[in-house]
Amino acid sequence: MVELKEVFETYEMVSHENLDVRTITMGISLLDCIDPDIDTLCDKIYAKITEKAKDLVKVGDEIGLEYGVPVINKRVSVTPIAIIGGAACRCPSDFVKIAKTLDKAGEKVGVNFIGGYSALVQKGMTPADMNLIESIPEALACTERVCSSISLGSTKTGINMDAVRLMGDIVVKTAEATKERDSIGCAKLVVFCNPPDDNPFMAGAFHGVTEADCVINVGVSGPGVVNNALSKVRGQSFEVLCETIKKTAFKVTRVGQLFAKEASRRLDVPFGIVDLSLAPTPAVGDSIADIIQEMGMERCGAPGTTAALAILNDQVKKGGVMASSYVGGLSGAFIPVTEDRSMAEAAEIGALTLEKLEAMTCVCSVGLDMIAVPGSTPSTTIAGIIADEMAIGMVNQKTTAVRIIPVIGKDVGDRVQFGGLLGDAGIMPVNGYGCADFVNRGGRIPAPIHSFKN
Amino acid sequence: MNRTVVTLVGKDHVGIIAAVCNFFAENNINILDIKQTTVQEYINMILVVDTSGYTGSSDEMAAGLNAVGERVGCVIKAMHEEIFDMMHRI
Repeated sequence: MVELKEVFETYEMVSHENLDVRTITMGISLLDCIDPDIDTLCDKIYAKITEKAKDLVKVGDEIGLEYGVPVINKRVSVTPIAIIGGAACRCPSDFVKIAKTLDKAGEKVGVNFIGGYSALVQKGMTPADMNLIESIPEALACTERVCSSISLGSTKTGINMDAVRLMGDIVVKTAEATKERDSIGCAKLVVFCNPPDDNPFMAGAFHGVTEADCVINVGVSGPGVVNNALSKVRGQSFEVLCETIKKTAFKVTRVGQLFAKEASRRLDVPFGIVDLSLAPTPAVGDSIADIIQEMGMERCGAPGTTAALAILNDQVKKGGVMASSYVGGLSGAFIPVTEDRSMAEAAEIGALTLEKLEAMTCVCSVGLDMIAVPGSTPSTTIAGIIADEMAIGMVNQKTTAVRIIPVIGKDVGDRVQFGGLLGDAGIMPVNGYGCADFVNRGGRIPAPIHSFKN
Repeated sequence: MNRTVVTLVGKDHVGIIAAVCNFFAENNINILDIKQTTVQEYINMILVVDTSGYTGSSDEMAAGLNAVGERVGCVIKAMHEEIFDMMHRI
């Protein structure tokens, strides 16, 4: 029999601490759609997505209402399109046709994002990979829902610096192509080192080639719940702090596990994984920076922040792993600057810098995320920032990513407003010294040695 | 048996329980248990109900409870019992 205390604890989490299931993402393999004719390919892609995901939104909403915990996003991820379009696409504009098809299919099934406009080029690029990458600025400017991710490096293969250099240009071109909307195209473009095949979170979700035909992956959330729990143990030892995070993460993840199993049963699609990530939103109280400040930092970014984030990330995993039968995806704490109100504030007053964020990415998932920088930032500098982040991922055998937005026409002191879950923030300063001679060298950075760990 | 836990929070006055119970009776929902506490003038109540005889959708039930809640000035929310078992039991 349920206890009053438990019922009201859960009720408080939902109504005052923003407990929700952040996303139910359906991964769909498009390998069986491959066709040498571009129009036939697009028709097959549209037909498969609209058939597989036709009930996704309805079922997600139904489960949310029945269990009383809202499911914020319903999304679709597909096989990396560079593989699917390889036989049919002769030029970048052919890939744009696929992007438009994905957008149309996403609109039809009612999802807010569709991920997988991706290429995996950590070792080298095929002509199809090149064409897809070159099509990104136009593809993201002329679609609403399509998200793009490019894998540029891995611990096993090293870093493809030719692709890193190229992505520096593509990020700037994507910003240019959407400059009348604060360069929002770049919010839908992420580059990775060691990307997971089963990530349910955008913009980096794609359905890996080793996955089944169709799976359900669920991303939980709950920074507000963790923050509230920590406010009750203020001033107590690290042991108490860690135990509190772990117990809270367990409860939050159990909701995700329940929803994933239920969605999988109702849609008759196998359950893939639960992603344990704590994902903030611009809503008041739904913030990772607030948790760090609750732990004892005057502002997020102060000395001690990296240690606090390391604790948070590790304890969330320890609590979450026991709560779910299959854990995967990115699983950790996200630090997207514009999407986290308190983090954006810390950045605006100078407490949180790009360099500190880079240090923080060494201990959490995922990386430099949703950072607005001056539109005049050279593409070589952006490539340098990407290279740094890829190196952290490669050496430390973890997933890292960069989602950076050079806002065309704006500079330090200006603000950007993306609205909705993407939030708003001030433009952050970037180190003005160049790295062009480094990123222009060309070639690959070899894979790191896996012994002599120091 | 399809057990749902209904929570009600608000300022106490005459007729709150009657309004909620009427809603359940009209919709063929059986009340299995009621617990309540009153702190000063505020009422906290949970009802465990069996919805297996209910023919509407979750959407309609949520809307119906919202309407009752608005009428009596309380917040009423229904959550499937399984979520409490999952979160609070190993």
